[in-house]
Amino acid sequence: MADATLLDQVKDPKNRADPYPIFARLRANPVSRQHDGTYVAATHAAVASLISDPRISSETLPPAKRPLTGNPFTDWVVKPIREHITDTHRPFIFRDPPDHDALRASVMHQFTRERVQAMRKRSDRLVADLLNEKCGAREIDIVDDLAYPLPVTVICELFGVPREDEPKFHGWATQLATALEPDSLDDDAVRAKNSRCFDAISAYMAELIAEKRRHPVDDMLSGLANESAPGIGRMGQYDLIATSILMLVAGHETTVNLIANSVLTLMRHPEALERLRAEPGWAPRVLEEVQRFDPPVQFRTRKALAEIEIDGITIPEGAPVVLLFAAAGRDPEAYAEPDRFDPDRHDNRHFGFGGSLHYCVGAPLARFETEAALAALAGRLRNPRLAGTPPYRPGAALRGPQHLRLAIDGIA
Amino acid sequence: MSAAASPDRAVVVGSGLAGLRGAEAMRRAGFTGSLTLVGAEAHRPYDRPPLSKHVLTGAVAADATTLPSLVPLEAEWRLGTAATGLDRKNARVHLADGSSLPYDRLLIATGTRARAWPNPHEGRLAGVHTLRSREDAAALRGALAAGQRRVLVIGGGFIGCEMASACAALGIPVTLVEPSATPLARVLGTHLGDVIGAMHAARGVEMRCGTEVEWLEDDGRGRVVRAHLAGGGHVETDLVVVALGAVRNTEWLADSGLGADAGGLDCDADGHALDSEGRADTRIAAAGDVARFPHPLYDGRRVALEHWGHAVAQAEHAGRLLAGRRPDRPYAAVPTFWSTQHGINIKSVGLTEGADGFVIAQGSPKEGRFLAVYGRAGRCIAALSIDCARWLPAYAAQVAARAPFPPIRGATDQPADLAVLPPGFP
Repeated sequence: MADATLLDQVKDPKNRADPYPIFARLRANPVSRQHDGTYVAATHAAVASLISDPRISSETLPPAKRPLTGNPFTDWVVKPIREHITDTHRPFIFRDPPDHDALRASVMHQFTRERVQAMRKRSDRLVADLLNEKCGAREIDIVDDLAYPLPVTVICELFGVPREDEPKFHGWATQLATALEPDSLDDDAVRAKNSRCFDAISAYMAELIAEKRRHPVDDMLSGLANESAPGIGRMGQYDLIATSILMLVAGHETTVNLIANSVLTLMRHPEALERLRAEPGWAPRVLEEVQRFDPPVQFRTRKALAEIEIDGITIPEGAPVVLLFAAAGRDPEAYAEPDRFDPDRHDNRHFGFGGSLHYCVGAPLARFETEAALAALAGRLRNPRLAGTPPYRPGAALRGPQHLRLAIDGIA
Repeated sequence: MSAAASPDRAVVVGSGLAGLRGAEAMRRAGFTGSLTLVGAEAHRPYDRPPLSKHVLTGAVAADATTLPSLVPLEAEWRLGTAATGLDRKNARVHLADGSSLPYDRLLIATGTRARAWPNPHEGRLAGVHTLRSREDAAALRGALAAGQRRVLVIGGGFIGCEMASACAALGIPVTLVEPSATPLARVLGTHLGDVIGAMHAARGVEMRCGTEVEWLEDDGRGRVVRAHLAGGGHVETDLVVVALGAVRNTEWLADSGLGADAGGLDCDADGHALDSEGRADTRIAAAGDVARFPHPLYDGRRVALEHWGHAVAQAEHAGRLLAGRRPDRPYAAVPTFWSTQHGINIKSVGLTEGADGFVIAQGSPKEGRFLAVYGRAGRCIAALSIDCARWLPAYAAQVAARAPFPPIRGATDQPADLAVLPPGFP
């Protein structure tokens, strides 16, 4: 009988730095039932099958819970409106077809090649500027000095969020990203905090959208607010707010971890760092391998809409299903020498950007931001060394170092 | 086990997608002998799918479709020189220029050509085209760019539908004539063919289904001006595109003793060519449109598939086979194809042939996005996605596993009843 507490162990902060031995034990069964009725898919084949299974739903959030406050206006006017937004106009990462597909198509329509190309150039410049600011320093925190500010600026500029408001998003995004941690849904304090945070960012976005309607400019939010994709109506106000919040949050929390995990992996594989320094064009392969080897999104939770038979197990209707991307990445059935970091491998079908319907919309951004960061770091940091063991952020699903301090002899 | 150490000679007849990828697979599998690629067309291998789409609308130039080489081939090219005969006894391929090439290993990937208009005189009129080669596409692009009063497309298969779609995109009036009740009736059945037909009609294509073009009239100076339909009626036109499907290029094998006819060249489960007695010639393999092979997914029924992905996958299989790598299992890739019409993505896996029912598994034809699954005798045999290709892989797995039909229940965006309907094949 398999250990039904393995997922608890994955979520346990003390295993945050290295959950991979637990993943190996989970892979002993392609799909296993945990003690709380959650089913975990841990092999590459099981994840691949379930992620594209049409009976797997992303509508996993329970209805919003907002306690009554005693203020009749808040309780009977504001609360129902907020619940309307949070329950029926959720961001499309938490929605199924057909709504998901229409919302996603509206976003893709604004993700034009010109915008992506422009941001790609811009992110090279941003990386150079961020490193220039650290010129003369003997230590650099990859997270605070680079991995965090870069994606925030990229997504804010792409959407047209004024520069002076960028700092607000740090707080909001970090808080809202906890909604992707499974246990946060059971924690009333976390949910209340998320709910307040959601109200604040919603109010901000509503104001910004109104501004983009009055004075449209060439940015994604103006486009979403004023145009419609072919065959799809213009997004409604609530969906527009929810979608913008999703893009702003998803656009940076995950990229921070991708950059930080990549740098940490390179520090632990000096020969790879050396090669990248000599060959900056290798960066794309490095980041794809990190997506397999130590991905920023370790797992996502879905829900079975019907009984699903897989590998001799029946997942019952309604059961939560955890797709353990990070375990699939180390599956020896899918990869030769899975625990070896090898950017040159040719069998890399990782789930770093998820897959199927919900495949990461922002993958091109994450890729060029990380490429720019890695190539510049390898080229410009003189003699980088890990300064201590990096502490991890709390999340098990969105996993990455809280800080990643490197001692350096300077920046070229 | 490994390729013979002695230098030997491989010949690939056919310089399209399958010929190129097959030659590359041979090299990749360790074949170090001499390699010669023979092609009837004068060009290095090029990609055909854009020819009926982006090339027609002018987004891509016809000569910008050359396929990239994935492996250094170190090959001799005999382009613009069709193979005219195969002498297996002396192991030589005869070419149109009178020369011949000896071979120790031979890959046959001669593909297909466009079926010509049955009346040769009418088929040669100015303004009457077919669409298969790069030259065909360039000529059609030139004619479309010059502006036309009305284009007539004869045949409602994929090429005909894509042609009509390109005309609509360019704002050129277009009529499509199809003898079946709907376009794509042979592939999708008339039920879903009707959905495709409505999609074309909604975008301004004049659909004339259930009738045929009887003859093409010229202006007395050799240029087409009018098409006469069966049962009376005519279409005024200055550009006719004959899209009546493809003919397999097997005539050059007529005296080879191989089992080849208009339906293709017979192969065994490994991919070796069979002679007319059904014996495998292990020096010869075939791949792509021309190869008729027993497909494990369809009870070993022999099929010849005109699909891009199949040409690549089967050529890789055949290339390895000729390089001396015994396959661990027969070639069994699930057939797939895609098409784009009016900006709508159409994608399919499996073969619908012989289906006795289909269901709309997700989405709805009314909304223009749906996934249909075809079944035969209680098994899933094919799936079709209209503008929802990301839904398709789950159903591809069902087709590959010959899962029970009707398929998956409880899917997102699934109609409540999941009714099994007759596909309506003509």
